[in-house]
Amino acid sequence: MKCSVNRFESWGRYPKATQSVLSIHSPRARLPLPNESETVLPFGLGRSYGDSCLNDGNFLIDTRELSHFISFDEESGLLRAEAGVSLAEILRIFIPRGWFLPVSPGTKFVTLGGAVANDIHGKNHHRAGTFGNHVTQFGLVRSNGESLTCSPSTNPELFQATIGGLGLTGLIVWVEIRLTKIASPFLNTHLIKFENLDEFMAISHETDSLFDYSVAWVDCIADGSSMGRGIFMAGNFAPPTSSRPPRTLSLSIPCSAPSWLLNSLAMKAFNIVYYNHQRSKVVDALQYYEPFFYPLDAILHWNRIYGARGFFQYQLVVPFQDGAAALKEIFARISRSGRASFLAVLKTFGGVESPGLLSFPRRGVTLALDFPNQGAPTHALMQELDRIVSEAGGALYPAKDARMSPEMFERSFPRLSEFERWVDPRFSSSFWRRVRGSV
Amino acid sequence: MKRVLIIGATSAITTETARCFARDGAALHIVARDQEKLNRLKSDLEIRGAVRVSIDIFDALLPDSHAEVIHQAIEKLGELDGVLIGHGTLPDQSSCQNEWKSCEDAVTVNLISPIALLTDLANYFERKRSGNITVISSVAGDRGRQSNYVYGAAKGGLSIFLQGLRNRLAPCGVSVTTIKPGFVDTPMTADLPKGPLFASAEQVGARIHKAMVRGESVVYTPWFWRFIMGAIVVVPERIFKKLKL
Repeated sequence: MKCSVNRFESWGRYPKATQSVLSIHSPRARLPLPNESETVLPFGLGRSYGDSCLNDGNFLIDTRELSHFISFDEESGLLRAEAGVSLAEILRIFIPRGWFLPVSPGTKFVTLGGAVANDIHGKNHHRAGTFGNHVTQFGLVRSNGESLTCSPSTNPELFQATIGGLGLTGLIVWVEIRLTKIASPFLNTHLIKFENLDEFMAISHETDSLFDYSVAWVDCIADGSSMGRGIFMAGNFAPPTSSRPPRTLSLSIPCSAPSWLLNSLAMKAFNIVYYNHQRSKVVDALQYYEPFFYPLDAILHWNRIYGARGFFQYQLVVPFQDGAAALKEIFARISRSGRASFLAVLKTFGGVESPGLLSFPRRGVTLALDFPNQGAPTHALMQELDRIVSEAGGALYPAKDARMSPEMFERSFPRLSEFERWVDPRFSSSFWRRVRGSV
Repeated sequence: MKRVLIIGATSAITTETARCFARDGAALHIVARDQEKLNRLKSDLEIRGAVRVSIDIFDALLPDSHAEVIHQAIEKLGELDGVLIGHGTLPDQSSCQNEWKSCEDAVTVNLISPIALLTDLANYFERKRSGNITVISSVAGDRGRQSNYVYGAAKGGLSIFLQGLRNRLAPCGVSVTTIKPGFVDTPMTADLPKGPLFASAEQVGARIHKAMVRGESVVYTPWFWRFIMGAIVVVPERIFKKLKL
């Protein structure tokens, strides 16, 4: 067991990178740049899974000191804050005042800057689109010394390039978003067990207009007729209620677990238990927002259960047309390989288009999978999945990726060449060099 | 604690303590060297829930001006319930060894300036007969080491001053809290390999808030530093003087 406390690693803890760290003390400070030809990459809370938050052999700019709120308008919900402010901080302050994030990912431990740079999505994509859809403006500092305000009307090209731009267009120093008014911090949730993928598609189709938030957990070990079985979870914020927030218990995984811990048997057991713990077909419940949106945040450093070699996330989106067939093929592949995914998450994306040139979400079905890093066989499996995704006209999510090929990246992002014009020459990342050759 | 004065408020640790008080809905008077940083922190604290935030500029190298700082704070807040003195500087030991001026500045900022502030504050709280005075000292003040004994001497002197002040004010219901932080993970230490001994500014700042509200006496943060320093202090001098520390 090895206890590493290096803050500057990616969430999947693969690949490993060595980089120097520069800090910036205020949004008005000069952009710190190394003297020579080395590049910089902004770093927030390191929740990107692969290498899009790493800059091996080069520099990171630690945005932790950009932690101040700047302004808030009680009438409109417009919140302006420095880019290093985390979504957890926003929630801690604004949930008690009746406001929620317009879009929230599955963890609150990400920064505003990271939320913009990855154009994150959440359980309400089918209704609200991506985070970028709710960004009204942000401040961007470029290596040529320019400090720009970007919005749909001011510097619109940089606005579009920076949303989902993976931190490559400059340093985002502050962000303005519009918060959403909520009547209580509880949700009326509706859980439905589904037997297979076709049933998921049907439920999703029927309920998308009834619920603001939805997501599904899938048992990707079951095969045959129950392939793609799982639990569909949907919810809406509840009207004012007298319920009190539950006491939260926070656990932390202190060290890397030994690699045999998450073997296929353990994962099989987990998936069977998880599927069967809900006994009835449908369950309705009032649930506090934290366990509904951030179930894994209760276990700090959960990524350490995958051991020192780390793990891969594989998140894909496929268009509705042919999507179901592609997903079935993917489940069959995984099941056959015996390399189960501990957690598999399925969700439909809606048609709200993001302003981001390199935005990942698009109309269709998205599936996120975890694979422990077991070397070559894991890579081989993901390559097979790439082929299925490509053939269905799908895409992979850069924020979760540590291994896709340059060709796969190009196929995933049709507006890539438009984006490339806005990349700051002094900014780069391990991911960017990998998918674009040596830039 | 409803009305709190924070001196050296824009440092990483004191900023976090100020944010805890803001969340409690306190009125804050924040004092530091840089006007722009103070304005930035003021907006931040107001959004986080502080009922009122006022600011003042001061220079720790000019202890004669400190009486006015306290006067201003009392005027702005009406009354003080708690004070946090958190400014300080970590001087370069080798330049302290080579030129007296560096030593003088380090001792002025880390020892003389807090004492100047504490003289008026102590009399104020003694009259008021309630409240808390908290000062950030350091584990470095527990024993002199060749690598930073100028800083250590200033902080050690400060700790002893606070010990005496605590003794003086205890009968009239005023608590005096000495904070002794260990290694804190700030941008200054970004390049160092982080061992498990490192704490975050957020963690330390929140601990200070708790200590002030409770009126504790001597607080090592994180807690295990009490045992580390306890062990370091008992090493006999004839052995200690040969160690490379």
